[in-house]
Amino acid sequence: MNILTKWLRSYLPELSVDDRQLAEDLTLRGIAVEGEFDASCGGSRFEMDITTNRVDAMNHYGVARETAAIYDVPLASLAEGIAAPVAETAKGEGFPVRIEARDLCGRFTARVIRGVTVGPAKGLVAGYFAALGQKPISAPVDVTNFGWLAMGQPTHVFDLDTLEGGIVVRRAKAGEKLRLLDGTERTLVADDLVVADEKKALGLAGVMGGWDSRVTETTKNILVEAAWFDPSAIRASSRRHGLHTDASHRFERGADFNAAPLGNNLVTRLVVEQAGGEVVGPLVDVIVPEIQAKTADRTPIVLRVREVQRHLGTTLEDAAWQGGERTSGLSEAIVEQYLGALGCGLTATGAVAGEYGVKLPSWRLDLEREIDLIEEVARVYGYNKFADTLPAFAGAVVEQPHAEQERAIRETLCSLGFSEAISSTFTSAEEAAMFGGAAAGAVAMGNPLSEEAGMLRPSLVPGMATMLAHNLHRDVNEVRLFELGTVFTGSTAEVKEHTGLALGATGAAIATSLYGAQDALFYETKGAIERLLAKFEGTARFDAGPLPAWIEPGRGARALLDGEVVAVFGELSASESQRRKLRQTCVLAEVGANLLLRRALRQPVSRDISRYQAVERDFSFVFPDAVRWQQIDEALRGLGIAETQRITPVEIFRDAKGKAVAAGHYSALVRVVFQSNERTLTEEDLGSWSDKTVTALVGLGGVHRA
Amino acid sequence: MNIPQLIDFTEASLDAAFASVRNEAEAAVAAPGFEAEQFRLEWLGRKQGHLKAISDAWLKAAPPEAKKLIGQRFNALKEQVEGFLIAASAGAVVKPASAGLDVTLPGSSQRVGVEHPLVKTMAEIVGVFQRMGYSVGLGPEVESDFYNFEALNFPPNHPARDTQDTLVVAEQEGKPLRERLLMRTHTSPVQIRSMLEQAPPLRLVIPGKVHRNDAADATHSPVFHQVEGLCVDTNITFSDLKGTLDHAMKAFFGSAVKTRFFPSFFPFTEPSADVQISCIFCGGKGCRKCKYSGWIELLGCGMVDPAVFEAVNQRRIELGHDPVYDTRRISGFAFGMGVDRIAMMKYGISDIGLLYSGDMRFLEQFA
Repeated sequence: MNILTKWLRSYLPELSVDDRQLAEDLTLRGIAVEGEFDASCGGSRFEMDITTNRVDAMNHYGVARETAAIYDVPLASLAEGIAAPVAETAKGEGFPVRIEARDLCGRFTARVIRGVTVGPAKGLVAGYFAALGQKPISAPVDVTNFGWLAMGQPTHVFDLDTLEGGIVVRRAKAGEKLRLLDGTERTLVADDLVVADEKKALGLAGVMGGWDSRVTETTKNILVEAAWFDPSAIRASSRRHGLHTDASHRFERGADFNAAPLGNNLVTRLVVEQAGGEVVGPLVDVIVPEIQAKTADRTPIVLRVREVQRHLGTTLEDAAWQGGERTSGLSEAIVEQYLGALGCGLTATGAVAGEYGVKLPSWRLDLEREIDLIEEVARVYGYNKFADTLPAFAGAVVEQPHAEQERAIRETLCSLGFSEAISSTFTSAEEAAMFGGAAAGAVAMGNPLSEEAGMLRPSLVPGMATMLAHNLHRDVNEVRLFELGTVFTGSTAEVKEHTGLALGATGAAIATSLYGAQDALFYETKGAIERLLAKFEGTARFDAGPLPAWIEPGRGARALLDGEVVAVFGELSASESQRRKLRQTCVLAEVGANLLLRRALRQPVSRDISRYQAVERDFSFVFPDAVRWQQIDEALRGLGIAETQRITPVEIFRDAKGKAVAAGHYSALVRVVFQSNERTLTEEDLGSWSDKTVTALVGLGGVHRA
Repeated sequence: MNIPQLIDFTEASLDAAFASVRNEAEAAVAAPGFEAEQFRLEWLGRKQGHLKAISDAWLKAAPPEAKKLIGQRFNALKEQVEGFLIAASAGAVVKPASAGLDVTLPGSSQRVGVEHPLVKTMAEIVGVFQRMGYSVGLGPEVESDFYNFEALNFPPNHPARDTQDTLVVAEQEGKPLRERLLMRTHTSPVQIRSMLEQAPPLRLVIPGKVHRNDAADATHSPVFHQVEGLCVDTNITFSDLKGTLDHAMKAFFGSAVKTRFFPSFFPFTEPSADVQISCIFCGGKGCRKCKYSGWIELLGCGMVDPAVFEAVNQRRIELGHDPVYDTRRISGFAFGMGVDRIAMMKYGISDIGLLYSGDMRFLEQFA
C-alpha cells in the first residue's frame, strides 16, 4: 500500500523529522518503507511493505500511531477530529438493523443520508486519490475508500432506495444468488455471511458489496455501513469465492471493533461535504456483547519487565555500563512509554515491582500474550540498539551419522570427473512407472506443478536422463554427472524416503587395449562404480542381471557388495533413447546410496612392501567368448600360488573378420605378477608356476599362443 | 672414434681438443636410438672405451711438462661423460628449449568433476555453525501438516499459510489435517522433530531441500534449499541471536560485513526479524547489486515463539516424554536462510534454473 506523508503528518502536528529520516526510522521498526517518491499533493508517497500481522498499520492513521510512538510526539484524535460524531440535520428514526449471525458479526453501524447529488469527488479526497493513483469512481464511493485509507475501517454505501426493509446480517441460504460489484453472479453457501434486507442479500459481508444496491449517478439516498466481522468467516468466504479485496484483507486479519462508529462518522461527514444531503436520524450502532468482550474489552494480560529482559537480553546501553547509576535500556519507564504510545493501558499490579496489567488496544488483535508485548517493546526500542552477545553453551555436538559417507561419495565421483547436479524432485506418471520398481510404489502429487511433474520421483534415473538430454540437445556432447538426492516410494498413505544416487555419462570415452570405443563408456562407468564401492567395507562383485527395462539388453550390469545388489547400470535402452531423441549412447547408473550409507567407510590398512623383486609373466591365449574374465581370474587364483600378487588383463582383441582370431573367440594377454616377501624368486619357481598357469588356462578352453 | 694426435700443448689447444670430445659424447647421448648400456661400453669401457683410448693417446703419450694440464682436463672430461650417462639413464637429459616445445600450448589434464555450487555453499554455511558448536539436523522432505505448519504456530485457515504455497501429496483428504502429507515448505519442521527427540540444550544447523508451489522464473524455483538454525537453552536472548548471526555472517562473508536487524513476522518466532548485511560487492556504498541501498537482505530469524515450545511439550506428552521445554525457563532462537539466493549472489548466477539444469556449461564454471 501507499502512504502520503502530507496526509500522515495531518495526524502528527508536532512531527519535525523529514520524510527520508521518517522512512528509515519506520523501516527499522518493521513498518517498512520500500520506496520513496514525490507526491503530486506535496510531500512524499511511501511505498509500504507491512507484514501480514500488522493490518492495523496498513492505513495512514495506523502509521501515524507508530510514528508517534517512535518519536514520542502527540497523535491527533480521530474521535475528536474527522471521525467525531455527526449530528443529525434532519429528524428521523434510527435505521432498523438486526444481527442474526451473532457469532460472525460483532457490530454493525448504519446511518441514513438523504438528498445527495452523486458526482465526482473533489478537494482533499480528489487530491489524495490523484497522488495515490487511486481510481476515482464517484464521491460517495471514493469517500468509503478514503475512510479505509485514512483509518483502516472498511465501510460501504448502499443506494437506500433499493432496500426493502431494514438491514439483516445473516448467513446466506445455500444456493442463494448474489450479483456483486465486480458484475459477477455468485452462488452462495450456508457458511457465507451476507448483509441483507428483509427480502434479499445485498452484499457478501466484509468482502464485496452487491451490484443491485450499489450507489450510481442517479442515487439520491444513501445508507452508510461500517461493521465488524469475524476474521475466519471472512477469510473462508474470500477464499471460497476467490475474491481478495481491501475489505476482506482487513477483516480476515482482525479489524478494530471500536472503529466501526468512527468510520461511519467519517464517511457520513465526507459524503455530506462532497455530495450534499441531510443526515437523517441518529447513528445506529448494534453491538454483540460477547464479541465485544473478545475484542475491544479483552481481559488485561500480565507483563513483567524481568521477562522483557530475560527474552531480549543486553542492550548497547547495558553493554556500555561501567558502574555508577544503572540506566538499563529496558527500564520500566521505557516499557511504559512505548506500550502506552501504542495504545496499551498499563496498570502496575503492585504485587511485584515491574509487573503490570495491560489492557490491549482494540485495533491490535495480534497482541494476545506477554511475548507479543515484549516484541512490541523490542520493536519500538529498535532492534539495532541491542548488543551482540554470544550464548554460553553446555552440551554435546552430535555428528550427522552419514556425513562422512556422503562426503566420500561426492569426493570420489568428483575426482573421477563426474560433476554433481540437482534435478527436479518430480517426474511424470509414465516415467515413475518405467524407472520405479512396481513393488516399491510411487507417490502422486495432489496439486502438481504440471503433468510432467505429477509424481514424486521414485528414482533419480529419469531426472539424470533428462539432464543428459538437456546437454546433448545443446550440442554439449561430453557429459559426466551424478546426483545424490532423495527418492520417494510407498504410497500416498505412507511415503518412504531414501537417499539415491545416479550417474550419467555420454560422449568422449576413450578406447583402450581392453575395450573398443563402443564399450568404453560402459567400462568407464563401471570403473567409477568400482572406485565408489572400494570406499566402503565389503567385497564387490559384478554380474549381468537381471536388470531393469530401461537398460538395453546385454549392455548393462549389476554391482553387488557382499552379495547385496547396490547398483544397476548400463546403456539407456534404444527405445528410451529414441523417445528422448538422444543421438549418442548414454550410460546411466542407479546406486542405492542408502545401502552404501549404512556401511562403514573402508579403513585403509598398510602392509609391508616386499624387499624382493617382483616378476611379471605374460600369457597370450585365445579363448572362446563364453570364457569370462572372472573365470580366468578365479582359475589362476585357484592355483594357490601364494606369491601371486596380481592378475590383470593387458590386452583383449577380437577380429570382426575372423582372420587373426576366429569368430566367437578373442585373444587375451594375461599378466601375472609374482613376488615373495621372503626371498628372491628362482627360475625353477617361475617355470613351474608358468606351467601351472598355462595348464589352468588351457583347462578353461584357451589355446596358448606361445 | 677417431682420436687426433695432440701436437700443440698450449692450454687453448688442449681445451679445444677436450671440448670436441665432450661435444661428441653429448651428441651421442642426445642421438635417437641412444642406449645407456651401449654408451657406457663405448665410452667408459675399461678396455675399449673411448676414454681409455684418450687416456692412452693423450695422457700417457704426453711430454712430462704437459701431463698435469692434460690430467686435469681428462678427469674433468671423465666426470662429464659419466654425468651424461647418469642424466640420460634417468631420462632427464635436458634438451634445449628450442627443440620444439611450444610452452604456450595448453597443458593436458584429466577431466575433473565439479562440486555443485549449492552443495558447496550449503556446506560452507553449515561449516560456520558447526565451528560454533552446532550439530547437523536432518529431516524428511515429505512432511505432515503437523510438523510443517501446526506445531510451528500456523493454525488451520490462518492467513500466514498463504505465504507458503504448498505442494501437497494426493489423496490426503480422508486424513485428519495434522496428518496430511505435503512437501515441506521450509526446513523448520526439523526444529520440531529435534525438540521431540532431545531435551535442551540444543544447537542445531539444518540444511535441506524444500518445495513451494511457485511458478519458475529467474529468481523462483519450486525446488530450493534452506539452512535453518536453532539454539535452545535457559536464558537465550534476542541479543544472543544478534551476536550469533553477526558472528556467522562475518565468518561467512568476511569480517568487514555489518549486520542490521528489522522487525518482521513469522508465526513461529516472536520477536521476529529480517537481517540485512552490508553489501558484499560495494561495502555499503551502494551499487546495482544492492539496488543502491548498501544493504542486502539475507535471512529471517527470531526468538522461538512460546506457542512452539508448548506444541512441542504437548506432543512430547502424547509420545510419553517429559514436557521439558518449560517456557518459564527455556528460551531460544531460530534463523533460516535461502541457500540458492546466497549462492546466486556469491557467484553472480542470473537464473536460478541453471542450478537445477545439470547443464555442463554452467557446472564447469565452478571447477
